[in-house]
Amino acid sequence: MKRWWIVGLLIALALALLSPLASPHPDGLERVAEDKGFLETAREPLYELIPDYLFPGIADEAAATMVAGVAGTLLLFGLGYSLARLLRQQRVG
Amino acid sequence: MHIPDGFLSVPVATAGWVLSAGTIAPAVRRTGKELGEKQVPLMGVMAAFIFAAQMLNFPVAGGTSGHLIGGALAAVLLGPWAAMLIMTAVLAVQALLFQDGGLLALGANVLIMGVVAPWVGYGVYRGLSRLLGGRGWKGSLPGFVAAWTSVVAASIVCSLALWLSGTVTLSIVLPAMVGVHVLIGIGEGLITAAALAFVAATRRDLLPATPSLTLPLPEGGQGGGRKGGNR
Repeated sequence: MKRWWIVGLLIALALALLSPLASPHPDGLERVAEDKGFLETAREPLYELIPDYLFPGIADEAAATMVAGVAGTLLLFGLGYSLARLLRQQRVG
Repeated sequence: MHIPDGFLSVPVATAGWVLSAGTIAPAVRRTGKELGEKQVPLMGVMAAFIFAAQMLNFPVAGGTSGHLIGGALAAVLLGPWAAMLIMTAVLAVQALLFQDGGLLALGANVLIMGVVAPWVGYGVYRGLSRLLGGRGWKGSLPGFVAAWTSVVAASIVCSLALWLSGTVTLSIVLPAMVGVHVLIGIGEGLITAAALAFVAATRRDLLPATPSLTLPLPEGGQGGGRKGGNR
């Protein structure tokens, strides 16, 4: 099992490294908002930490995207794993 | 399909928070009760995979892109309750750290992508698997249909939220949203089917048991086979 989930995590990290290749076009909702004239009702976020999946302080856009992707992927692995561990312990304990 | 702040009225955004919070509470309870030990790392892998895959927008027709939601995939592999928690974690991180999806709109985004998508995907997968009796390429066919349906269903609920907010009329937003997500759903279906085929080939025992499933375990598999009680 251990090897399997390491492979799974590596696949996720590989996807994160491919993220600079993502299509830059607006997604479905954004496209509809643009076409139907309500895109301008969107408000700026209250604050910005890693906006547009670009890790701050990295000039190269592709590198900034990859770092943001890898950071988020690792964070979510940790979150998902700890949440599951916590919920299971609560039951057992 | 991450709704930014501003698209939703305050009452609709608030309703999104109330409704999603109301469903997360039982999800926490049920996941704690039902989660098996081997699913603990799988929950981490699933959350990581969905986050990474969501960054990979793929092109669809007419200068538009789409990306995986992942709710159906998570629900098939881990059950709808655990899937809700995974999706909520992904959406919360995206809103809080990456400013993808609004903070006020987070409740609605959780409702759409974290509740509607997994449950619709789960229901369609279960129904179709039973109907096909284990045929359909080791769950890939029901997985494709489940994932496609989950995206279209999510786009309908998203349209309703925009309409109820007074942002756009339903007769305009519904056909537009469904129209584009019918295409994006194909991508969701292909990724979900591929991921399920990968799990079927490498870890057959992680797939949910279908009563009439008679496919043999892959050689060198875990030997113990599928246990029925992991739902």
